[in-house]
Amino acid sequence: MSISSTTGITGIATEPAAATSLLRFATAGSVDDGKSTLVGRLLHDSKSVLADQLEAVEHASRDRGHDAPDLALLTDGLRAEREQGITIDVAYRYFATARRRFVLADTPGHVQYTRNMVTGASTAELALVLVDARHGVVEQTRRHAAVAALLRVPHLVLAVNKMDLVDWSEAVFARIAEEFTAYAGSLGVPDVTAIPVSALAGDNVVTPSAHLDWYGGPTVLEHLETVPVVADPTGDPARFPVQYVIRPRTTGHPDYRGYAGRIASGVLRVGERVTVLPSGRTSTITAIDALGTPVDVAWAPQSVTIRLADDLDVARGDLIAPAADAPEPVRDVEATVCHVADRPLREGDRVLLKHTTRTVKAVVKALPSRLDPSDLALRPSPGALSANDIGRVVLRTAEPLALDDYAASRSTGAFLLIDPADGTTLTAGMAGPAFAAASERPGPAAALPATDDGWDF
Amino acid sequence: MTARGDSPYALSHLDALESEAVHVFREVAGEFERPVLLFSGGKDSVVMLHTALKAFAPAPLPFALLHVDTGHNFPEVLAYRDRVVARHGLRLHIASVQRFIDDGRLRERPDGTRNPLQTVPLLDAIERHRFDAVFGGGRRDEEKARAKERVFSLRDEFGGWDPRRQRPELWDLYNGRHSPGEHVRVFPLSNWTELDVWQYIAREGLELPSIYYAHEREVFARSGMWLTPGEWGGPRDGERVERRVVRYRTVGDMSCTGAVESDAATVDRVIEEIAASRLTERGATRADDKLSEAAMEDRKREGYF
Repeated sequence: MSISSTTGITGIATEPAAATSLLRFATAGSVDDGKSTLVGRLLHDSKSVLADQLEAVEHASRDRGHDAPDLALLTDGLRAEREQGITIDVAYRYFATARRRFVLADTPGHVQYTRNMVTGASTAELALVLVDARHGVVEQTRRHAAVAALLRVPHLVLAVNKMDLVDWSEAVFARIAEEFTAYAGSLGVPDVTAIPVSALAGDNVVTPSAHLDWYGGPTVLEHLETVPVVADPTGDPARFPVQYVIRPRTTGHPDYRGYAGRIASGVLRVGERVTVLPSGRTSTITAIDALGTPVDVAWAPQSVTIRLADDLDVARGDLIAPAADAPEPVRDVEATVCHVADRPLREGDRVLLKHTTRTVKAVVKALPSRLDPSDLALRPSPGALSANDIGRVVLRTAEPLALDDYAASRSTGAFLLIDPADGTTLTAGMAGPAFAAASERPGPAAALPATDDGWDF
Repeated sequence: MTARGDSPYALSHLDALESEAVHVFREVAGEFERPVLLFSGGKDSVVMLHTALKAFAPAPLPFALLHVDTGHNFPEVLAYRDRVVARHGLRLHIASVQRFIDDGRLRERPDGTRNPLQTVPLLDAIERHRFDAVFGGGRRDEEKARAKERVFSLRDEFGGWDPRRQRPELWDLYNGRHSPGEHVRVFPLSNWTELDVWQYIAREGLELPSIYYAHEREVFARSGMWLTPGEWGGPRDGERVERRVVRYRTVGDMSCTGAVESDAATVDRVIEEIAASRLTERGATRADDKLSEAAMEDRKREGYF
């Protein structure tokens, strides 16, 4: 009944109250490569599995006849998942160290759950891909890397697991790391870090391993704690989708008219000349209110309210951008998509397209190709996209959209297709040209060894 | 807004979470006809209300509050609720479990807990007022079923949640489309932890009901928890009332919300205590989650928040 007991704490000393930054990351790995063990160890050693949770897992494990606590029960929270011993849906886990707070998207392990992998990766700043040191880079590893590249996850970590089963061999690790880094580079992934680990024993997950004295790099947790996640937003053009128009009409604020939204990219400054899209009218920012504090400058991803010098007609769905660097509104959209609904997407389908705060009617003009997950080649004219398919689409919208390439902006380059009849989310879209792997490998490639039939992320 | 960090453009984790919550409030206000905010006077709903007020300032909140009153709420919390409503000039709807019991639409459970009984008055209020979006203070760190919850969670015409038929939720593109009769539960604090909530309360200087801080009160032990005696059904024979210095980590129905022994009388001391705690807040103080391994999931399927 007391909560101040401090017994049983193992691993690193943590002071979560001091942590300031936030890292969102996703894990990828097949069923047997030790992802659950690695996640369990990260949570456990960072003091994020509390006594009552562990007790519940131990209890449930005993009821199921397991000898040891099954750490998968920590994340498999649904009745059906526990009954079937599988992960059905993304679970979000939270943990903290003295340096940083973490949101972990822990997602399930099969090709039919690609949509959940895409869900987890869409908000991730880092993807952690596991491989088994005995097997090295396999087909599944390539898919993980390809999806991380497709979703433009900025940082990729390769955890070469089960190093204890290859005698802690530096040569084995070096070979796998080199092959993976070269492959990721061909996909356009800017940053890869490879780390040798043994998740089961905890080597190099949180604490450095004595078995890996040839390795001079960080442990997994050290890397997660220190990877730079704050890019300099000044290099990106500012994008401000208008979410909501604030007009109090109260005695205190009779004339206030503010445009509320979350800065999608870049930096906004008072005095800046801006264009409102799609109308194309221009004005000047006279004030920025950062949730109660007037500021001269604000940046992504801050939620702010801005006011303009001129009384323009600005509504939810409009986009405010620097007059000198505004996107050209378009009605013809080409994109790579991941189809997430059970019903297929076909040419001629009439859909709704949600882009930032704007939802418009659209029609599927063409489905030029579908990605073959076995060799990552684009196969032409699939006719339809089924659940979990990744492919190319051509859309025509009823109204112009201020769309960026997803390669330039993960926020203003992304969109959803929605079924107008019942609101089902059909498709996740990434505007712009096909991603590196597919465009460079257009034809049927040599068959890769099929070492597994599932993937997860 | 600038945090300690390498870049002058870093956001502190609290600023990042606040920005995300505000974004969610504004999305709902922009896309729905009749949202409502569930407000219990608990710390999560206090934080939710505070971020909502910030999201629309200097305009008034563009939606009302809804409190599901179990009839066994702590008097300090009800007084706090009414103070907050008056201070900000808010509109408050009350769905009363007691009224449903009095007119025979609900029956008291043998164990005396009223927490599961909240679902029926909640769904009745949603239907009667035609609310199409209902903000809840639920956090994914609270419980394993809640860890699977979307930020925008579609509920069917019976208020039910089907975890196997959830919409994939991509980027920050929330899909709130729904058919008539359906509604969407929205959780702006999905990515916050208990510690985040307390750090934010400290940073923003938010007032909470007094029972969150250490105080001496009469309690009795039942099922490993310190419960407050009252007309709701305690103590029973053999249960002994004693005075102890305690505080609450969660605020809910008196019949199932336990106090923890604590001398943390200030927000800073509470933060220290939580940072060192080896128990989750629900594990420490909620009897209803212990009813079965999937108690929360089962209640959510029925329409619980």
